[in-house]
Amino acid sequence: MDWIDALLIPAIKSLVVIVVLLLAFAYMTYVERKLVGRFVRRYGPNRAGPFGLLQPIADAFKAIFKEEVIPTEVDKWLYVICPGIAVAGSLIVFGVIPVGDSFMAWGRKITMVVADVNVGVLYVVAMAGLGLYGIFLGGWASNNNFSLLGALRSTAQVITYELPMGLAIASIATITGSLRFGDIIAAQKTLPLIILQPVGFLVYFISGMAEINRSPFDMPETENELVSGYSTEYGGIKFAIYFMAEYINMIVMSILVATLFLGGWQGPFAHLSPLLQLVWLVVKAAVVLFVFIWVRASIPRVRYDKWMKFGWKFLVPLGLANLAVTAVVVALVA
Amino acid sequence: MAQAIFIILSLITLGCALVVVTNRNLFHSALYLAFVFVGVAGLYFMLQAEFFAGIQVLIYVGAILTLIIFAIMLSRDLMNPNVRGFNRQWWAAAIVAGLLFVVLAVVLWRAPWPAAPVGEPSADFIAELGQALVSPAYVLPFEVVSILLLAALVGSILIARER
Repeated sequence: MDWIDALLIPAIKSLVVIVVLLLAFAYMTYVERKLVGRFVRRYGPNRAGPFGLLQPIADAFKAIFKEEVIPTEVDKWLYVICPGIAVAGSLIVFGVIPVGDSFMAWGRKITMVVADVNVGVLYVVAMAGLGLYGIFLGGWASNNNFSLLGALRSTAQVITYELPMGLAIASIATITGSLRFGDIIAAQKTLPLIILQPVGFLVYFISGMAEINRSPFDMPETENELVSGYSTEYGGIKFAIYFMAEYINMIVMSILVATLFLGGWQGPFAHLSPLLQLVWLVVKAAVVLFVFIWVRASIPRVRYDKWMKFGWKFLVPLGLANLAVTAVVVALVA
Repeated sequence: MAQAIFIILSLITLGCALVVVTNRNLFHSALYLAFVFVGVAGLYFMLQAEFFAGIQVLIYVGAILTLIIFAIMLSRDLMNPNVRGFNRQWWAAAIVAGLLFVVLAVVLWRAPWPAAPVGEPSADFIAELGQALVSPAYVLPFEVVSILLLAALVGSILIARER
C-alpha cells in the first residue's frame, strides 16, 4: 500500500489546504470590509444575509456572471493564464507550512503538513517570487501603459523587499540552525523568536507587507496615479482571481509570521490535541491579519520613490546589521 | 519511476531551451527561460540537492529572470517581431558561442562520470556546504566571485548615475 502514503495522502492534504484557503479568502474579504468600515465609522457590508454574512457569496456570483471581455490588443494567451499563475503561486507556498504536529487516523501517522521539505523556508521565499510573475506578466500582456507601470513597480518592489526579508530569515536560520519549519517551530518551544529577534520581526513584517502588495504599500495598483495598476484591463472572474491571489497571499503571509516569529502551532495545552494546535495557529494568524487590516485603515499610501528609498537605504542595512549582531551573539553563546 | 521523471524533466528543459533561442518574440523567450530554470531546479531536486533546487528558483527565476524581463519591458521596440534579429556583430557572437560550445564539449567529454551511485547526501548538508565555501580549497574562488560581483555593482551604479 505504498501508493497511499506516496500519492493519496498528499493529494488529500493538498485538496484540504486549497479548499480551506479558498474559503478563508472569501471570508477574509468580508472581515476586511467589515473591519475597515468600523475603523472609519461605517457599518461595512450588512445587506446580504444576517450581518452581511452572505456578501462573499453574492460577490462570487456577480464576478462569475459578468461578461468575459478580452481586449483586442492583448497578448491573449498570457492575458488569460496570468491570474491563474498568480493564484497558483500563492497557493503553492502553503505546501511546506506545518499547521500542527501529527495525528493517528486509520492506523496511520498523519503529519499536519503537505510536504516536510528540509529547506522549507527557502522554498517559501522562492515560490513567492514565482507568484510575482502572475502580476507582472499580466501587466505586460494587458498592453496598457498603466498596467505596464504597475507591473514594473511591482517587480521593483518585490525585488527590493525580498532582500530584507531574506536577511530576516537568515537571522532566524542562524539562531535555529535549520531551514526546516518543523525545527524552527521546535526551537520556539520556550521562547517565541519575536522576543529574541524583535528587529528581525519588524524587518520581516514590513517587507512581508510590501511583498504581498498590501496598502499602504500597494504600489502596483495605486488608484490615484495608475487607475488600477496591473489589473486595469482585467474584469469579471479574471479580476476576482487576481483578488483571490492577493488575499491568499495575505493569509499565507500571516501564517508565515505566526510560524516564524510567534511559535507556530505551539501554545498552552497544544500538546493535548492536534485540533488545539490548529486553533493556536489560526488565532495567531488572525492577530497578524488584524494588524495588516489595521495598518491599511490607519496609514495613507506612501510615495513610490520614498518607499523604494526606505527599502534600500534603511531596511536592507537594518537587516544586515541585525544579521551581523545575531551571528556574533550566536557564536559567543555557542 | 525516477527514470521517467528524469526524462520528462529533461525534455521540458531542453524543449523550452530550444524555444528560447528560436522564438522571435524576446518576451516569450524570457518566459520559456523560466521553464528551463525550473526544469534544472527539478533535476537538482531529483539529485536530492533540495537546497540547490531552492536557490536555483530563488536566484534564477526570482531575481535574474525578473531583471531580464524588467529590462525587456523598459526597452523600446525590443518586443516587436519585425525588428531584425541580427546586427553587424553577429559573427563575433557566433565565434564566442562556438568557442564556448567547444570548451563545454571537451569538459563534458573528459569528465569521469561515476558509474556507481554516490550514496545519500549527509543530513547536515547545508552546514557542510557553508564550511566548504570558506575552507582553504574554495575560499579563493569564492572571494574572487565576490569581488567580481562588487565590481559589477559599482560599474552599474557608475553607468546609471545622473550627471
